Amino acid sequence: MAKFSRKGKGGTPELSTSSLADIVFMILLFFMVTTSMRQTERMVAIKMPAASEIAKLERKDLAAYIYVGTPMPHLQGQFGTDSRIQLNDSFKSVDDIRDFIAAERETLSESDRQFMTVSIKADENVRMGIVTDIKQELRRTSALKIMYAARKSTPAGF
Amino acid sequence: MARPAQQLPSSSLADIAFMVLIFFLLVSTMDQEMGLQRRLPPMPDPNQKVDDVQIKRRNIMVVKINDADRLLAGGTPMDVSMLKEKAKEFLLNPSNDENLPEREEKVIEGFGSYPVSKGVISLQNTRGTSYNAYLRVQNELVRAVNEIRDEFALANFGKVYISLDEEKQRIVRDAIPQNISEADPKDTGRKK
Repeated sequence: MAKFSRKGKGGTPELSTSSLADIVFMILLFFMVTTSMRQTERMVAIKMPAASEIAKLERKDLAAYIYVGTPMPHLQGQFGTDSRIQLNDSFKSVDDIRDFIAAERETLSESDRQFMTVSIKADENVRMGIVTDIKQELRRTSALKIMYAARKSTPAGF
Repeated sequence: MARPAQQLPSSSLADIAFMVLIFFLLVSTMDQEMGLQRRLPPMPDPNQKVDDVQIKRRNIMVVKINDADRLLAGGTPMDVSMLKEKAKEFLLNPSNDENLPEREEKVIEGFGSYPVSKGVISLQNTRGTSYNAYLRVQNELVRAVNEIRDEFALANFGKVYISLDEEKQRIVRDAIPQNISEADPKDTGRKK
C-alpha cells in the first residue's frame, strides 16, 4: 500500500507541452511551403471576369502581374475613377511596362526567363483600349506568354 | 560542474512558433492563379519586308466585337452563346462546304496523315469593347477548339485530351491547331 501512496499525491499530472512546439512547427512548415508571399498591395478594385476554359498557372514564381482597374475608393480623390494600370506598388502608365518587364526578367534565372508569364488582372468593366495598349507593349518587349486572369465558371453559367 | 546543467524551458517555444505561424498566415495568399493562357504573336521586325500572306476568304472567320459589346461572327450578328457552335462548324467543316475552310492533308509524326483545317479565326475588337465581353468571346473560341480536340482524342485514343500523355497531346494539338489570331490594333477600326 505504501508503495502506491506516493503516486497519488500532487493531484492530476500536468500535460506535457513539449511536443506542442513540434506540432506548431509542422503546421508552420506546411504554410511556408504551400503559400507564396503577398507581394503587392492592391490599389485598384478588380472583379475578374468569369471564364470556363481556364487553366492553372503552373509556376507562380515566374509570373509578373499587371493590374488594371479603377482605383480603390480611398485613392479616388487623388487618382480619379478612370481605369489605371498598377505595377508593383504604384500607378504607372503604359510606357512603364517596358521597364517593369525588364526588371521582372532580371529577377529570374537565365533558364527560367523564357517561361515567364505575364498575368493581366483586369476588372471586367475595363475598356479594351487600355488592354490592347498593354498587349502591344508586351509584344514590343517580347513578353509573349500572357494570361488573362479569370474566375472559374461552369460553361452553363453563361 | 557540480550541479547538472538545467534544462532550458521549452514551453515558450510553442508561443514563438505560433507567432511566426500567424505571421505567415497573414502575409500569404492561398488563392490559385487561374486564367486563359494565350500566346501573343511576336512584333514584326520593322526592317523585314512585309510580305502579305494572303489568306483565302473562305479560310478566315472574322469575329468582331464593337463598342456596345455586340458580336459579329462571320458576317452575321449573333449572341455569345451561339458563337461556339459557329466556330466549331467553321473549324470542322463537316459537309465540305465551299464557303468553309479547306482541309489540307498533313502528315503528323506518330499518327499518320490527317486533314488539318486551314481555318483561322480572327478576333477584332474596338477600344471601347469591355474586357468582360472580350474575355467571354475568347473563352467561347477556346472552348470550341477544346471540344473539337476532345472529340478527336476520344475518337482516336479513347480518352479526352487532358488525360492523354504528352506525346498524344502533341498529336492532337498538331491535328487541331488553335488558330485564333488577335488582330493588330491598327486594323481594328478599319473597314474591310
